Order: sequence, then C-alpha cells, then structure tokens
Amino acid sequence: MSSIKKFLYLNRKAPYGTIYAWESLEVVLIGAAFDQDVSLAFVDDGVYQLTKGQETAGIGMKNFSPTYSALGDYDVKKIFIEKESLEARGLTLDDLQHLTWEDEDDDYAEKDSIRVLSRQEMAALMDESDVVFSF
Amino acid sequence: MSNLHTVNKSPFEKNALSSCLEHATDGASVLLFEDGIYAALRGTEVADKVERAMGAVKVFVLGEDLKARGFGEDRLISGISVVDYAGFVDLAAEADAVQAWL
Repeated sequence: MSSIKKFLYLNRKAPYGTIYAWESLEVVLIGAAFDQDVSLAFVDDGVYQLTKGQETAGIGMKNFSPTYSALGDYDVKKIFIEKESLEARGLTLDDLQHLTWEDEDDDYAEKDSIRVLSRQEMAALMDESDVVFSF
Repeated sequence: MSNLHTVNKSPFEKNALSSCLEHATDGASVLLFEDGIYAALRGTEVADKVERAMGAVKVFVLGEDLKARGFGEDRLISGISVVDYAGFVDLAAEADAVQAWL
C-alpha cells in the first residue's frame, strides 16, 4: 500500500545571495521521483527566484533560473506565489518566468503552473500540507 | 572625505539597510550589492526610505549583482548610480574607511 502525501516546498530566500534557493530546487527535482503530491510556494524574498532575464556571468555563479522551466517535465505543476510578497517588492507576474506543464490527458495542452495566492490562501495551503520543507 | 557603507542583505529580510541609512552621515556613500540590490529598485515598500536618504548620502548599486538577479537599470530609483567591480574598488579607495553592514 502506498500513501500519497501532500509535500510543500516553502521558498523564502532570494537566489545567489545564499545557497537556499539552489538547494531547494535540487531537493524538489530529486523528490519529484517519489510520486507524492508536490506543491512549491514562493513567499517573501522567494518570489525573486523566478524573475526573468537573470544573467549571472558577471558574478561568476551558475545561472540556475532556466531549470525552473523544467519543473513541468518532472510533473511539478503546482507553483504558488504570494500576492502580498510580489506587491511589497513592486513586482507583477510579468516580471516572472511563465512556467507551464503539458497535460497528456488533454492532447498535451500547455497549462499554466503558476497560481497567485493571497496570504490567507497561502496560510491555508500550509495548513493542509502533510510535509513541509523550508528553504 | 567620508565613509563608504556597504549593504549586501535584502532590505525585506534584514535590518542592515535601515540601520545603515540611520547611521550614515551627510556626504557618505552607500553601495548596495548582492541581495542588497533589491533596495535600489523602484516601487517597493522600502523605496521611500532610500529616496529620503538620498538627500544626504550618495547611493550606488553593483551592476553585476543587479543583472544576475534579472533587473535592468530602468528599474532603479532615479539618482542611484550603477558601478562595476572596478568602480566598487575606486569607491573603497576614495573613502576614509569602509563600513560593511553584514
């Protein structure tokens, strides 16, 4: 008997300044192999992980931002971004990568992975999770 | 002559920027780098604080860190100057002392 648990990966750090964002992405990609119900949440400075147009040649670090677009291929298709966190930082969805997944039950139609949640909805998502990984 | 203050922490996560701006004296320079660059962007919750400080201090941002994080110079609070690593060195060399807000 297998039991499917709700996994939440909670991302609260900006990329590059610390290793948290990159480590989270690694753990999500590894964890994707285990057939659980996976959600990614981006709150606080975590929303900066998904900004478009990151170019890291000048700081001599690996640009891992293109990897987020591979999440759909790993069946990670529930990505939640907190509205209040975006607004505090003067950002809109247009500043972020557009992440999608292909629905094989619907002729491989491309569907949006990202949903913007209010802080209250984000709190509810956290409450209903069985396992939370914090980064 | 005066000090160069450097801030490398996000203003949304740490109070390094606030404390820096409250302690920097008139004529000082403040360089925002690494996650500190988020304080240089327009339209954020901390932008007012930075704009008010700019009457007394000069604010610089490290271009390489701005670019790495996906932002262009068009997103900066007006009046903030972009420097590269060599410019960072020049600012440090010209200053009486460098004070890092870690």
